[in-house]
Amino acid sequence: MPSVCFYFQVHQPLRLRHYTVFDQNDRYFDDYKNASICRKVANKCYLPANRLILNLIRQFNGRFKVSYSITGVLLEQFLSFSPEVVSTFDALAETGCVEFLAETYYHSLSFLYSRDEFVEQVNKHIETINSYFGQKPRIFRNTELVYNNDLAALIESMGKFDAIITEGADHILGYRSPNFVYQPKNCKNLKLLLKNYPLSDDIAFRFSNRDWPQWPLTADKFAHWISNVNGNGNVVNLFMDYETFGEHQWEDTGIFDFMRHLPHEVLKHPDNNFKTPSEVVQNYQPVDTVDVPHIISWADIERDLSAWVGNAMQSNAIHELYRLEKKIKQTADEKIIADWRRLQASDHFYYMCTKYFADGDVHKYFNPYDSPYDSYINFMNVLDNLHSRCSRQARAEPSFPTPKRNTTECFFDVGSQNKIPPDLQPAK
Amino acid sequence: MLGWEFPPFISGGLGTACYGLTKAMDRLGMEVTFVLPRMVESRYATHVKLLSPDSWTSAATFMFSEMKNVRFHAISSALQPYSTPDVYRRQIEETLRQKQKMQGGTISAASHLIRGDDYSRDMYTEVHRYAAVAAELAQNEQFDIVHAHDWMTYPAGIAVAAITGKPLIVHVHSTEFDRSGENVNQMIYDIERQGMERADKVIAVSHFTRSTIINRYGISGEKVEVVYNGVERNGNWSLAETGINKNEKIVLFLGRITMQKGPEYFLQAAKKVLEMMDDVKFVMVGSGDMMHRSIEMAAGLGIGHKVLFTGFLRGEDVQKIYKMADLYVMPSVSEPFGIAPLEALNHDVPVIISKQSGVSEVLMHALKVDFWDINEIANKILAVLKYPPLQETLANHGNFEVRKLRWKDAAAKCIRIYEETLVAV
Repeated sequence: MPSVCFYFQVHQPLRLRHYTVFDQNDRYFDDYKNASICRKVANKCYLPANRLILNLIRQFNGRFKVSYSITGVLLEQFLSFSPEVVSTFDALAETGCVEFLAETYYHSLSFLYSRDEFVEQVNKHIETINSYFGQKPRIFRNTELVYNNDLAALIESMGKFDAIITEGADHILGYRSPNFVYQPKNCKNLKLLLKNYPLSDDIAFRFSNRDWPQWPLTADKFAHWISNVNGNGNVVNLFMDYETFGEHQWEDTGIFDFMRHLPHEVLKHPDNNFKTPSEVVQNYQPVDTVDVPHIISWADIERDLSAWVGNAMQSNAIHELYRLEKKIKQTADEKIIADWRRLQASDHFYYMCTKYFADGDVHKYFNPYDSPYDSYINFMNVLDNLHSRCSRQARAEPSFPTPKRNTTECFFDVGSQNKIPPDLQPAK
Repeated sequence: MLGWEFPPFISGGLGTACYGLTKAMDRLGMEVTFVLPRMVESRYATHVKLLSPDSWTSAATFMFSEMKNVRFHAISSALQPYSTPDVYRRQIEETLRQKQKMQGGTISAASHLIRGDDYSRDMYTEVHRYAAVAAELAQNEQFDIVHAHDWMTYPAGIAVAAITGKPLIVHVHSTEFDRSGENVNQMIYDIERQGMERADKVIAVSHFTRSTIINRYGISGEKVEVVYNGVERNGNWSLAETGINKNEKIVLFLGRITMQKGPEYFLQAAKKVLEMMDDVKFVMVGSGDMMHRSIEMAAGLGIGHKVLFTGFLRGEDVQKIYKMADLYVMPSVSEPFGIAPLEALNHDVPVIISKQSGVSEVLMHALKVDFWDINEIANKILAVLKYPPLQETLANHGNFEVRKLRWKDAAAKCIRIYEETLVAV
């Protein structure tokens, strides 16, 4: 009786504008580009996909269920550029068949560099999701599904979560199947949900690949593969980017039609059902513990961190960024802190990846820069400016024991008491 | 093979390219007779051993010891090296202008007058004299195909092909538009176009050049093939001790200092860099008709003390300068290929190259800029100087990438084109 557990990652980074060493202002982000990409993806993916999911939930009277993880940086962009998307997610939340997961608000790799910062970002995300969708997430997924035993220990110690989601990488599972619930090593209550990457990638990556022997992938064929798990697993975890629908796989590949027919085909088999991650955790007990001493992720064949910190530039950029943490936080300047946090999005480091660069593959498709070098230069110029803003502020401090505040700063302060920036306050 | 210059007697990339290509062909067992337009002076003897005859006749034959299948013919003539077309062009244009003044500005009439016997001592005549001698020489030679490098040798190529009935291949290392921008010398353009039209195949050094050939010379795309240059990798620069103990960063410009190479953009970017960073020196290696203007310009920008002009360098001096450099910048306005950046990467020097260059088609691990965007050039220079990880990553990956660009592959592709041409004929 395999349960199908869908989780969709919903994220768009805040792309930096072209920022040279001669630029001396604090406008780091390319509002025009971010707005147009946000609106484009909303129209091609988020809006039609949300409509489809909502219809399916209604059609199957609650037997079809999914879960989402929406980053804070994207929610901010939705509010600025296409607020209608937020209301469609809200409509989904109200069906009771949709679960929202927790992650770092800024889609950051902070777990690897600053535990304090990591915890702050996770809490900020939980509160944001709660204020928008009325759910306190109980399941955690880390940025890029980065995971190891330490993460599990930290998440368990936070006392807020029932399970973590990560990649069902072959080298952590060995002979074992990802289609069961596991327990992280040294954890007592926390459970582990592992991505079934072959079946997930059949949809996310191979769906429109005409060289793939299984093309075209139809809903009944896929449902058949799921039913094959029967007797050898409890749950099939299909984790993928939400942009798979309409953006990575264009509408004309038939991806929406596939999804439209999938629930019907899956539910044809009486043993099959759909469950949210929390339901999976409640229904199935761990069959074994999984030991992950080394860090894994969901990227590339290596399933490691090399896509974000694999070369000297990436590791330099991210270390320099987190080295500023103390200085940044000392300024207590909401704007500076927000900018610093936005720079933490893993995407900025992904753009600097030189792996496969010459082959021009998937890394290139998602890259707004011509080359990883351009992205590093841009990032370092911005970081340099951010640093100088801290130093300027630090110098200014002694002369103003109680820093004068203008209206905007006061406004930001009010927001910080609620731990949600004012632009994220739910509109009443 | 009809060439214009050959190492170590070079003034630009053409000689380097001919050398690399010929050597690789030699290794692949292709027999090559290389015809040069000028005498070889033995005082330039370097690491390449010359089996040079003592007496020079009108056509002297010699061989390089390292190339068993290549014979060289040097035709005794007074031809000047590569960079002179520009000089000639200006001389001719000057004369043309004077003529226009006298005749009251009838340009079209004047440009007709420029042809022919009026200028018996100009380069145009020399090119044709080279053609005549080469054609004579060809009658005593055995070969299957004629391969001519750049416009100076096209008339010779046409003549040799016409006399012997062998197919002609012209190899375009640069066009008049690269050298002179929009102010093309009509005579050179005509020679180039004639060469390309008469040729059975045209080899372009990049897609950048290929599109110029198609768009500006009206040559059918089917006839034009791209063969990228390679780079010679000789590991013998064991300059363990250069005696350089530097506390300043060095940014290098290496190439002919001519309009085509964009020296003024280099200097303007240098000015911007120096506004942000002090301990940097800018070294300009090479000579050319813009050299004096560049020196004046550096002084005018107030950065004269930060810019060094070394003049033209050869052999070990070039290697020394690469060893010192932190960064190589090629802001070419129009560069058909550009071998120098590959050589810089060979020496682990990261490169900034203009997008208006053929080499940017083959290099991924390089910083690319528009030649006119001095802000961006300065931005990137500063980034490389400020962030060691950037310099390191560029140099490492770039060096690795350059190893894949081999003359062997270029030669093999030329040989394939020969075979196809011979079958077609």
